[in-house]
Amino acid sequence: MKLKVMAFGIARDILGSAEVDFDLPENSKVGDLKEHLLKQFPAFAGLRHLAVAVNCEYAEDEVIFNAMDEVVIIPPVSGG
Amino acid sequence: MRHNIQLFDQPLDPALARQQVEDPSCGGVVLFVGNVRNATQGKEVLRLEFESYRPMALREMEKIAIESLERFRIHKMSIHHRLGTLQIGESAVIIAVSAPHRKAAFKACAYAIDTLKETVPIWKKEIFSDGEVWVAATP
Repeated sequence: MKLKVMAFGIARDILGSAEVDFDLPENSKVGDLKEHLLKQFPAFAGLRHLAVAVNCEYAEDEVIFNAMDEVVIIPPVSGG
Repeated sequence: MRHNIQLFDQPLDPALARQQVEDPSCGGVVLFVGNVRNATQGKEVLRLEFESYRPMALREMEKIAIESLERFRIHKMSIHHRLGTLQIGESAVIIAVSAPHRKAAFKACAYAIDTLKETVPIWKKEIFSDGEVWVAATP
């Protein structure tokens, strides 16, 4: 499945783009995307932690992607 | 509406946040203003750049306000966050809380800013004379 993934902050710097398309096996989960990211972009391993939002909500590793999901990589936040 | 949640591209106005929460039933209004500091760990900061995943940031800020209203029995809460490039001394965040009594307002305000810093998808980059760094991104 083609998954369009957005990234902010340091995650965008690591990806080199604010939006990247990933080709993942059907029924891939949030955890699979994280594994894929760490393999393809080892710099992610240097972050304090790595979260993924699906449709504007923090998503656990077990969540399965749907084709139309809005997927965003959320590096450690630092608002305030 | 007992909460007001906004992201601003222009300077924040503490008077607006205060006015949004004030009410004749409330004897206490607590206003937290988070400003841009001129240094971090002894190193001079020139300015900060904030960015956000806006739709989710608004949702997470709203969750904080709703949780605060339920948990602390306050009357109203406003959370305003600034985005874009901020100079030293400018305000990045304002939280205003009103309650019949001050203790609840203080507690709710502390809870709101602490939680905002942990959950709301907003990121800031510190700009130094010799480089820049995303705050709190790495250990």
